Amino acid sequence: MTTFWLVIKGVLTGAVGPGISVMYATYGEVITERSGKINLGVEGAMLMGACFAFIAAAETQSEAIGVLAGGLAGGALSLFFAFMVITRRANQLATGLAITMLGIGITSWAGRSYVGVSIAGLDPIAIPVLSGVPILGEALFHQDILAYIAYALGPTLWFVLFRSRWGLSLRAVGESVEVAYAAGRNAAVVQYGAIAIGGILAGIGGAQLSLAFTQSWSEGMTAGRGFIAVALVIFGMWTPLRAMAGSLLFGAAIGLELQLQTVDAPVSPFYLQMLPYITTLVVLAIWTGATFRAMPEGLKRVLKEGG
Amino acid sequence: MIQPVLQSPVLWLNSGGALPTLARNIGLVLVAIGLFGLFLAVMGRDALDAYGKVFDGTLGSRIGLGEIGVRMIPFVLAGLATALPARVGLINVGGEGQLHIGAWFATGVALFASGGPWVVTIPFMILAGFIGGGAWAGVAILLRYWRGVNEVISTLLLNFVAILLVNVFVFGPWKNPDGFGYPYTANFDPTAILPAIGGTRFHWGFVLPAIAVVVLYFVIAKTRWGYNIRAIGGNPDAAERRGIPVGRYLMLAMLVGGGIAGIAGMIEVSGVQHHLRPEISNNLGFLGFLASWLARHNPIALIGSSFLLALVVVGGDLLQFSADVPSGASNILIALILFMVLGFGQRSAARQ
Repeated sequence: MTTFWLVIKGVLTGAVGPGISVMYATYGEVITERSGKINLGVEGAMLMGACFAFIAAAETQSEAIGVLAGGLAGGALSLFFAFMVITRRANQLATGLAITMLGIGITSWAGRSYVGVSIAGLDPIAIPVLSGVPILGEALFHQDILAYIAYALGPTLWFVLFRSRWGLSLRAVGESVEVAYAAGRNAAVVQYGAIAIGGILAGIGGAQLSLAFTQSWSEGMTAGRGFIAVALVIFGMWTPLRAMAGSLLFGAAIGLELQLQTVDAPVSPFYLQMLPYITTLVVLAIWTGATFRAMPEGLKRVLKEGG
Repeated sequence: MIQPVLQSPVLWLNSGGALPTLARNIGLVLVAIGLFGLFLAVMGRDALDAYGKVFDGTLGSRIGLGEIGVRMIPFVLAGLATALPARVGLINVGGEGQLHIGAWFATGVALFASGGPWVVTIPFMILAGFIGGGAWAGVAILLRYWRGVNEVISTLLLNFVAILLVNVFVFGPWKNPDGFGYPYTANFDPTAILPAIGGTRFHWGFVLPAIAVVVLYFVIAKTRWGYNIRAIGGNPDAAERRGIPVGRYLMLAMLVGGGIAGIAGMIEVSGVQHHLRPEISNNLGFLGFLASWLARHNPIALIGSSFLLALVVVGGDLLQFSADVPSGASNILIALILFMVLGFGQRSAARQ
């Protein structure tokens, strides 16, 4: 019984850390997909963010500049994607995968001399009083600054998406480029913006990974987190708040995996790593109607025609 | 996007703009190679020297040609796994996962049912690979059939489940007890191995993609099935009205596509690695997906695009040692080639 509670406590305290980088990337992909585009280059954008944030932080000794560089690197890579799929009308799925390969290639080169380098990094900051709450307080309020920003971003992005003029434009474009155009909105500009923001957020997610979570750079360190973000966007039905919950659940799965290893449970850790993908598939299969209604119309066309 | 291919099964041969399209695509690839050379120069490498070394080490040597052949085999098969479903309007992003499950099934045969003559074991392994890959694609097509789950998403997500499933076995019950702790299975019995040819790593597995390309090309271009496939790809509603069982064709295209990717997995374990281990594929399935898009889902053109990607991958490995270029750098060139052909190819910009 004590072991059981120790595991629960370990899962909760371990859940937030691994979830934050994915939370940023998922927010970013929510914004991107709301514009009717699907970017499988998130993985590449995260990797760019992780790599260039680390390089900038190592060179300038400033984590703030690191985060900025990470966001810009992720945004720049995603602008490539935007140019290809909006201006050149290239296939989104193939282009997205190619963007991820580009990110892998660039970072394998740029980050080469930074493997094994150590930085000050972003350390956890305990929020007074709140962090004193047993278990949950420690889990949620003993985190790095980017985690707190990520908490705040969920409601903020919800407000931007559903209560602001820009959010209305974005959703209108995602439903139908033609109708949005007829209503006097420049669809291409909105989509470029959404994809850039998506890339910046993925880049910051990557920065959180290399500056706060691992505090190191290694080749391919995102290890598929970008694709988990793509899954969590669907799991979260294209809303920021559910994306937030999904990311924390992903973190909890990782936390549970680590806990089970420490207590030597006879469960392969790989089963737990499957959870985000399988859960998303189950959600899709069970709530087919709900996910279908939630999916932006523009995205349905993409998935049907491969556009 | 899929439209141009479907209108003409032999796009590169009998459509009006075939030769100009080919010439244009070759030109675009050369531009991408030029851009990458420029990038190498900016990074302080002698690009001409590097390309010269790549040529000598690939097209200019028997071993190098063998290496290109070794890479081409899975690219062609994983490419067909995308191309065939694409002909009926389905998008299979799951080649990577189907390849893994195929490798896993084939390994099961090699570990637990080998020992007989190779003429029994090898076909049995091919069959197992086909069934494994097909079953994995079957999950996606059943989810679509029963619950309307879009196959792009399901095949994409199932990739990662498959990779982890293989890990469960190679880190767990199938780990070789005499393997010094490495997460590898035991080496296959010689009767479960596709033999190498002529002192290179190139092996007899090449027969399978060759047969697959010829059969699929023939079926799509010359048979009634192919006629129906083209009809469904052109306009599924009209095909349905004409009494073609569209659902059955969708299911079959996906199952056979997945099965072919599974055979690619069987070949990787039986012809190249001779055991199962994590990262057996190293993105072969995703690269095959991209090869199929480069070829606009045409089986014959797929041979060309697979050759190109194989050349880049093998060349990248060479440059790692001879020109101090990181191993991942060939990904940059692959991305540039895709951007050029997908974004600036003749038909792509005008359509959609």
